[in-house]
Order: sequence, then C-alpha cells, then structure tokens
Amino acid sequence: MKLFGVKKYWYILKRYRTGLWVSPLLVMIAVLCETIQPYFMSLVVDRGVLERDMQVLTLLGGWMILCALIGLGANLFNVYLSSNVSTGFGTDLRATLFAHIQRLSFPDMDRFGSASLITRLTNDITKIQQVVLMAMRILLRAPMMLCMAIFFVARLDADMAWMLLGFVPLLGGGVYIVLRKGFPRFVQIQRLIDALNGIVRENLINIRVVKSFVREDFETRKFVRSSEQLKDTVVRASNIVVLLFPLMQLILNVSVVVILWTGAYRVADGDLQVGALISFVNYLMQILMSLMMLSMVVMTVARAAASFQRVDEVLDTEPSLTDAAAGKRMEHRIEKGSVEFRNVSFRYGDGETDLLHEVSFRVRAGESVAVAGATGAAKSSLLQLVPRLYDVTSGTVLVDGIDVRDYSLDTLRRGVGMVLQQSELLSGTILENLRWGDESASMPEVEQAARAAQAHDFIVSFPEGYHTRLGRGGVNLSGGQKQRLCIARALLRHPQVLILDDSTSAVDAETERKLWQGLRSYLPHTTLLIITQRVKTMQEADRVLLLEEGRLEAFGTPDELRETSSAYREIFRSQQILA
Amino acid sequence: MPHHSSYRYNDKPERGLETLRRLIVYVSRQRLLLGAIGGLILLNIACNLLGSYLLRPIINDYILPGDFSGLGLALGQLGIVYLIGVSALYLQYRLLNTVGQRTVARLREELFEHMERLPVSYFDTHQPGDVMSRYTNDIDRVSEALTDSLSEMLSSLLMLVGVLGMMFYISPLLTVVSLVTVPLMIGFARAIVRRSRRHFAAQQAALGNLNGYIEEMISAQRVVKLFGHECRAIEDFDRLNRDLYTRSKHAQCYAGMMMPAMQNLNTFNYVIVTLVGGWLAICRGLDVGGLAAFLQYSRQFGRPINTLSVLYNNVQAAVAGAERIFQVIDQPVETPDRSDVIEWQNVRGEVCFRDVRFAYRPGKPVLKGISFQVKPGQKVALVGATGAGKTTILNLLPRFFPIDEGEITVDGYPVERIRRDSLRGSMAIVLQDTHLFTGTVRENIRFGRLEATDEQVEQAARLTSAHSFIRRLPQGYDTLLENDGANLSQGQRQLLNIARAAVADPSILLLDEATSSIDTRSEILIQQGLDRLMRGRTCLIIAHRLSTVRNADWILVLDEGRIVEEGTHADLLARRGRYYALYCEQFGPEPFSAC
Repeated sequence: MKLFGVKKYWYILKRYRTGLWVSPLLVMIAVLCETIQPYFMSLVVDRGVLERDMQVLTLLGGWMILCALIGLGANLFNVYLSSNVSTGFGTDLRATLFAHIQRLSFPDMDRFGSASLITRLTNDITKIQQVVLMAMRILLRAPMMLCMAIFFVARLDADMAWMLLGFVPLLGGGVYIVLRKGFPRFVQIQRLIDALNGIVRENLINIRVVKSFVREDFETRKFVRSSEQLKDTVVRASNIVVLLFPLMQLILNVSVVVILWTGAYRVADGDLQVGALISFVNYLMQILMSLMMLSMVVMTVARAAASFQRVDEVLDTEPSLTDAAAGKRMEHRIEKGSVEFRNVSFRYGDGETDLLHEVSFRVRAGESVAVAGATGAAKSSLLQLVPRLYDVTSGTVLVDGIDVRDYSLDTLRRGVGMVLQQSELLSGTILENLRWGDESASMPEVEQAARAAQAHDFIVSFPEGYHTRLGRGGVNLSGGQKQRLCIARALLRHPQVLILDDSTSAVDAETERKLWQGLRSYLPHTTLLIITQRVKTMQEADRVLLLEEGRLEAFGTPDELRETSSAYREIFRSQQILA
Repeated sequence: MPHHSSYRYNDKPERGLETLRRLIVYVSRQRLLLGAIGGLILLNIACNLLGSYLLRPIINDYILPGDFSGLGLALGQLGIVYLIGVSALYLQYRLLNTVGQRTVARLREELFEHMERLPVSYFDTHQPGDVMSRYTNDIDRVSEALTDSLSEMLSSLLMLVGVLGMMFYISPLLTVVSLVTVPLMIGFARAIVRRSRRHFAAQQAALGNLNGYIEEMISAQRVVKLFGHECRAIEDFDRLNRDLYTRSKHAQCYAGMMMPAMQNLNTFNYVIVTLVGGWLAICRGLDVGGLAAFLQYSRQFGRPINTLSVLYNNVQAAVAGAERIFQVIDQPVETPDRSDVIEWQNVRGEVCFRDVRFAYRPGKPVLKGISFQVKPGQKVALVGATGAGKTTILNLLPRFFPIDEGEITVDGYPVERIRRDSLRGSMAIVLQDTHLFTGTVRENIRFGRLEATDEQVEQAARLTSAHSFIRRLPQGYDTLLENDGANLSQGQRQLLNIARAAVADPSILLLDEATSSIDTRSEILIQQGLDRLMRGRTCLIIAHRLSTVRNADWILVLDEGRIVEEGTHADLLARRGRYYALYCEQFGPEPFSAC
C-alpha cells in the first residue's frame, strides 16, 4: 500500500533524497530513545527498587533523561525535514501536473473536464502532500517500534520475545482484511460526491430555470436522495474502517493477559524478574499507541489513494496533439494565409460517427468567407481544425499549402487567430487582457486594435479606461463588450488567418457594421473565416460556405448561391423582411 | 497575468462560540444516540482504567508471592474487562459514524433546500465556485470534526480526568510530582499554536491565490492555447507555487512540532515516574504492583493531551467551515407571499406594467417608468440595444426581483398578490443561456411538467422540432446528458429548452433571445414550432434579430429603460423612427468593403 507512490514519483522524490535518507534514521533514533525507556524502567525496578539500591536508580535516571533529550532532538529535526520534503514534493508535483496540463490538447482536456482538472490540481495534490508528510513522520514509527520493542524484550527474555513476535502476523492480517474491505468503498464514495456536487453546480447556474418552473422542491428531493445515499455509503465504509483500532486493541489486550499468565509462572520459577514483566506490559502499550497512529495514517493513505489515481491518470495521458518533428517544422512560416481542406473527415476522440464527411474546399489568401449551416452542421468543428485545436481524423488541412501538422504549434497559432464563441477574459486590467494578443504592443497599438474592434469608446468611458480591472471572466462587462474585447485581443496578433466563431452575436447591428469595417481596414490582407447566422454578413462576404450535416452543401459567392442553392435561398428569405 | 486575492479563505472563525453552539444544536437532535455514545465512552474509559489498575492486585497478590490459585480467575476478569472495553469502543465508533454522517447530511440538505429558496439576486452576486466550496471543503471539515474530533476530544477529556483520579488513588505524591510536566506541556503547546496559527493564515492565503489562479487558467484553457500563452501561464503558476511552498513549509513545521513535543514530554513524564516511583518504593514503601499500574497510567496520560492539542486545529477549521455554511443558511430567502395571496387556476394571461421603476443597485435605475399592456394571447416583442432593459422586464414578471415603484398585474391582479408558485407555474421561460440537467433527454424535457407522460414529452418535442434530432441520438429520448449537455450543440440544447417550455403548457411564454444561437434554417423550423406553441398564449419575446419579431402583434422599442416607440411592424417602419433605424442597421451599408 505505502509503496505505490514511491516508484512512480521517484523522479520528483529523488530531488529530496538526502531528506528521505536522513528522515528514517531520525525516526529510528527517536524510536530507539523511546523504546529503551521501559528497558531502563525494568532495570530500575529489578536492580534498584527490589534490591533497594539508590545508586543504580540515579545512574539509570541520568541515562533515561539523556535518551529522552536525544529523542526530542531527533523528532524535532525530523519534523523540520519532513515539512521541507513534503511541501517541496507537493509543490513540484503540482508544477509538473500544471505544466503537463498545459501540454495536453483539447480532446484530452475534454475527457477530464476542467472542473475535474482543477480538483486534481488543488485538493488531490494537497492530500498527496499530506500523505508524504505523514509517511515521513509516522509510517515508519510503528514498525520500528515493534522491532525495537521485540529487540529489548529479547534482551530481557528470549521466550517472551517469541511470544510478542507471534502477535505480529495477527495484527498485520487484521489490518490487511479491514483495508481490503474498506478501500473499494472509498472509491465509490468519491463517485457519489462527484454526483452530488454535480447537482449543486447545475442548480447554481440554472437557478432561473428551476425557479420559473417552480422546481425547488423537486430539485431538493433529488439532492436529498443523493445526499442520503452518500451518507449511507460513508457510514457503511467507515464502519468497516473503524474496526481497525478496536481490533488492534483487542489483540494487544489479549497479549497482555497471555504475557501475565505465562510470565507469572516464570517469575515464580525465578527465570524472570518482575520489572521485566512490567516492562513487557509497557511495551505492549507503546506498540498499541504507535499502531493507533499507524492506523490513522493508513486511513489517510487509503483516502488519498483515490487522489494518487486521479493525478496519475492525468500524468499518464500523453498529449494526443504533438508538435511536428523538429527538423520538419523549422522553415515554415505563415505568410499569405490561404486555407485548404482536402477530403477532411473528423470525429471527436471516442465519438461514434463522423461529424465532418470528406470536406474539400480552398480559400484564397485575403478572402473573406462566411461559414453558414444548420445547428449541428459542424461549423465550429470545421474551423477549429485550422489552428489545430483538434486534429483531423482523415484528410489534410493546409495553410499556405503546408499541412498544419507540419508547422510548430506556436507558429501555426501565431498565424491563425481565432475568436471563440464564448468570450473568455481573465482577471486583470483590460490592457493586460488585450496584451495577450501581443505582449510587446505599445499603448497606441493597443488603442488602434481596440478602435478597430469598436471597443475603444466603451473602454475610455470607464473611469479607469484601459486600466479598468475585470472580474473573472469579465463579469462586469456586457456580452457585446466582452466579444469586442476578445476580437481586439485577436487583432493585436496580426494573424494571417482570422477565424470568428459567431463572435458578434451579442453586438448590435450598427456596431457590428462598424466593426467589420474597422476589422477590414486594420487587417486588409488577412483571410477571414466567419461563422455567422446573419444573412447580412453572408451577403457581404466574398464567398459563402454552406455546411449541412457535416457535408459541404455549397461554396461560392453570395450571388451565385442565390442562383444555385435552394438551402441558401431559404436562409436568405427567412431573414429578408421586405423581400 | 496578475491575480487578486479575492480567493482568500478565512480559516479562523469570526463568531466561533455562536457557530459552535449552533453546530451542537444540530448534533444534539439525536439525543438518544448521543446518550448511548456518552455511555459507551464512559464504559470504555472505565474498562481501560480498570484494566490497568488490575495489574496492581495481579502483581502484588499473585505474581510476587507466587500464588497461582487465584491468578487464572484474576486474569479472566482482566480479559473480560478488556473485551467489554473494546466492544464499547467499536460500538461507540459505529454510532459516531451514524450521528456524524446524519448531521452532515442534514446540514448539507438544509443548505441546499435553503439555497433553492434564495432570491435570484443572490446567485447573480455570488460566484458559483464560492458557493460550491461550501458544499465541498466546508462540509468536509465539519464532517471530519464531527466523526473524528469531537468524540476523541470528549473521550480524551474524560480519560484525562479518569487517569488523574486513578493516579491520585494509587499515590498522591507521585501524581503531584508527575504533574510537573503538565505546565510544561501547556506552555509548549501554546507557544506552538500561536506561531503555527500565524503561519497557517499565511499558508491559506497563498493557497487561495494559487487555487484561484489554477481555476481561472484551467477554465480559460482554450484562450491560453490559442494565444500560445502556456509558458507564461507556467511561469506565473511557478511563482505562486513557490510562494506557497515557502509559507507552507513553515506552517507545516510548526504544526508538526506539536505531536513529537508532546510525545517526548510524555516520555519525560515516564522517566520522572520511574525515578520518583522507584525512590518511593525503596524509601516510602510504595508497592511494586502499584508502581506498575502507575507507569501504565502515565503512558496513557500523555495521549489525551496530545490528542487535544492536535484536534484543536481540526475543530477550529470545522467551526470556520460551519460558519461559512451558516452564512448561506442565514441569507434571507425570497420574501414570503403575503397572507392575502390568491391561488390561480385559469390564467387568461393579461399582463400589464404600470409606470414600473426598478434598479438592481440603488442609484442606477434600469427601468425608468415602463408602462404597457398585453392582452391575453397577444405576442409582444421587446426590441432595443443591449442594456436597454429588455431582460429586466422579463425578470420582473415572475417576481425574480421586487420592483421599486409602479405595479405589474397579471389578469388584473398585482403579481405580489398571486401565490409565487402559481404565478411562476403559469409561465414558462426560455433563456439565452442554455443549461441542462444531468439525466436523460426525456427527464430534461419533463422538467417542465413532472407528471407529463412519455407521449406528451414526445409531442412537445415534435411541436418544437426537437423530435428529429433526438431520434438520431444514440439512445433517443433515453440518451444520458452529462456535463450540462456537453454532447449536444448549443442549438440542440436550445431546442430541448424550448421543448421543456412546451411541455409545461404555460399561459404566458417568456422568450429571451431564445433563438439567437440557432441557425436561420433551424430557426424557421423552431419558429413554426414556436408559432404553434404561442397560439393562444401571451408571449413576451426578446430578440436582436428583427426577423424574429416581425410577426409580433405589438412591438415595444426600448432605450435606456424607457419605451421610446411602440406599434406594429408596419406602423413602426412607416413612422421612420427608432425602429426603422434599427431595421436599416441590419440591412444597411456593406460591412466588408475593404477600405
């Protein structure tokens, strides 16, 4: 059980190998200083008290105090050491995990879900760190204490030591059975907790729906059902685990009785002294105490085992989207911005059906193309293949005539900008958010981009202008304002290809019109790929690409499509009020 | 990227005693079980004490004199005492589990139930993550304290008293001498606690910062990747992570000193007892059996003090957690219905706003005197720029927020006079944000009307054009939706939302940008469905797209909290006013002409 961390995490742990070496040594010294005390005590009783010899008493007393002091020193040093090593380990593991997550691609991240990744980085790592700490402080104590107790008992009386040794497998077996039974239940508990939290989260974001349908009681009942189930499972699991300590106590108590019984005869026969007998009982008590602490540690470890698994799962995930081989990619830069799809089919990781079927088309550099199509036609799926948010399942996507997989991710994403459907801003000032696009952009450059995206006016209307702090996700902005900031941020990159995924849906028509104009004059040579629902936007694009259920339905200038595509005419009619 | 410290987590309870009292009230609802636990604790302690004490007669009366006639019986007694003690302990643990988990479940359920009754404004002003952490971290802490710490503390205290008593009984002098270490222990403990608390506060703050950063970066991972910001993110993360490391190293170190310090002081205690006891046995005639029993007690003496000092932190954390839970439970719920409310049956759906004024925050009015009337079955469209107050009007009708001035009536009754649940039950709302619940497609639609049959569910889906895509899903209506319907497109989610409203069969329909994320062609289908759905119902519709609203019976044009124009589509176009301008914007000059 305790080994499962060590091997896997050795690459981090080895940085602390000195500490890991010294710590058990210190524990050994401390335990030695503690276990030697009943031995001294037995000598005090047998040579001092029973022989009425005060000199032995003072001499032994001195030794006892010296040992206690050394023990204290060793313990405190180990506390210092274990704090350093465990927090260092936790810190490094967290950094490794975070860096690894940064390398993961979207399909991988989708599999875990961001909420779960966050828990893994926070709670799970904290639990693991706790385990390392406890392991260094307590895990070794109990076994060492057992060994040394047996050693000292053997010095006093070999037969008694054998008897003590006999109880060890009993104890070990008991612990093993309890843990075997208990562990699977903890895994189950984690699942139930996840489900329960799911209900809470849904209600938090969905409260208007819940309230408007008057479903408060319905949801509460659902929650209570889940909560009761969790409660019952926790009680059942804990009932098994709490057996641990009483079980140990019982075994040790029985051994006290047995030792007293056999010991009594040996004392009478004269081959055992009373002091030694008392010290045996003391040793048993010492072992019991350390076992109790051990069982506490083991329980923590058992609970943390799930955390180990969850962190492993992420660390074991190889990024499914990797950079092109070093030799191949170096030369390529995106200069013009033409985009071509050749027989592209695509499905999400473990999806069953293709979302895109053999899509082929070519967009010239500097062209603007509106991508239209029904809900679920895979418009977003199509365009996110260009900056390689996902990789094609088959076929090729080319930018400037080169397979996107042959660019380094960095170059590719520098050349292909994308504004997402959901505008994501981060806490920090507006300026800092915009500079994500270009860290070295000067103030006039930033303002120019913001003007083009029709964001400048509302930004300067805030009292602190560009230095206005945004809450997380830009909570203090309206939807349209957020979208415009996201566009400005993308403009600052000066991409050769810019993809806008329905990014102006919350912007009113007047502003949108200005925005398109601003955008065009800011990036006159950039290829624009625009997912849109608005026929106005389609009409003004150089060409329109119509998708239907993952297939290319039509591709041509708006006027051509009005002639040739009935699907396009339908869209056109539906939005033309005065047709 | 900078970060602010809004994630700071307060570990020190502010109103500790009050919170503790309330927590105890929760626990003490299970008096019977608690009584039983108390009895078992007493029994266990008595057995422990007696077990150790029995060493004295066994050594003095049987072993030292070599008398074996009674030894078997005495050892048998000892065995039985031990057995009873252990059984009592096990039972005590089991009952504690039950009591603790029941209390936690009740606390959790009450928290949820209360949360469901909070006004919408609470959810608008609190981060979901913050509320979530009360269900996870805080409940966890309370749970830990209840199942482990409280009983341990109780039994430790009793044990302390019992052990002291027995020690006094055996040798008052030896007891007094061995108590010398107690002030040492207490002094040491206080010094450590004082330091460790300070370092812990620093650690929690650093942890809060780091966790906040993690949450933000992971949630915004798409942007991070698109902008190639991974390296910067890792750099920032490392800085915060290092910061946490330095702080937490100290905190862990001080906190960790407690246990070994206590243990070693206990060893000193053992040494003192051995030496002074030995001296007493030699000079003052203390019996050897008594000394043996005393030594056994002095071993047990340290444990309670040790436990108490370790558990103190746990309990403090639990109280802090409970405080955050009670914070939510203490939030005022939606204002209760007045006593003269009426129950509603056949709602006709006549809606009337009379000079309604409203502000989310005082001094920042959103609606500045809105008046309009909707006849039963009429479709009214709200048009205007972002921030004009359209969504607010829709929020006020189901009483999500109380209005400041004016009056809103439905069927002639002020909304405050209608029972909230029957008011809300008479209307269905379809929002811009499409959120679904974990469960099957069928369950999600049925959310609109719990008693709807499968047929009615499918009928509603057909009506709103959701049926065909649902049928194409792997398990049709039984397809499990997870993670907010992540396996569906936004448009499909919206279709389900509309079907959910359809199955509710409301008299009043509120649509907030309901079709904004659906493409134009699906919109035609949905529009047909909605037309069927809207027939005979009063509808308030918000849409940016004028095409969606041209079929409305009446159009209200809003600007900065006022109605600036109203009329039918043709009227308003003919008037060449605000609506006409909005209309022209959409079909105005070319957006793409390169300059």
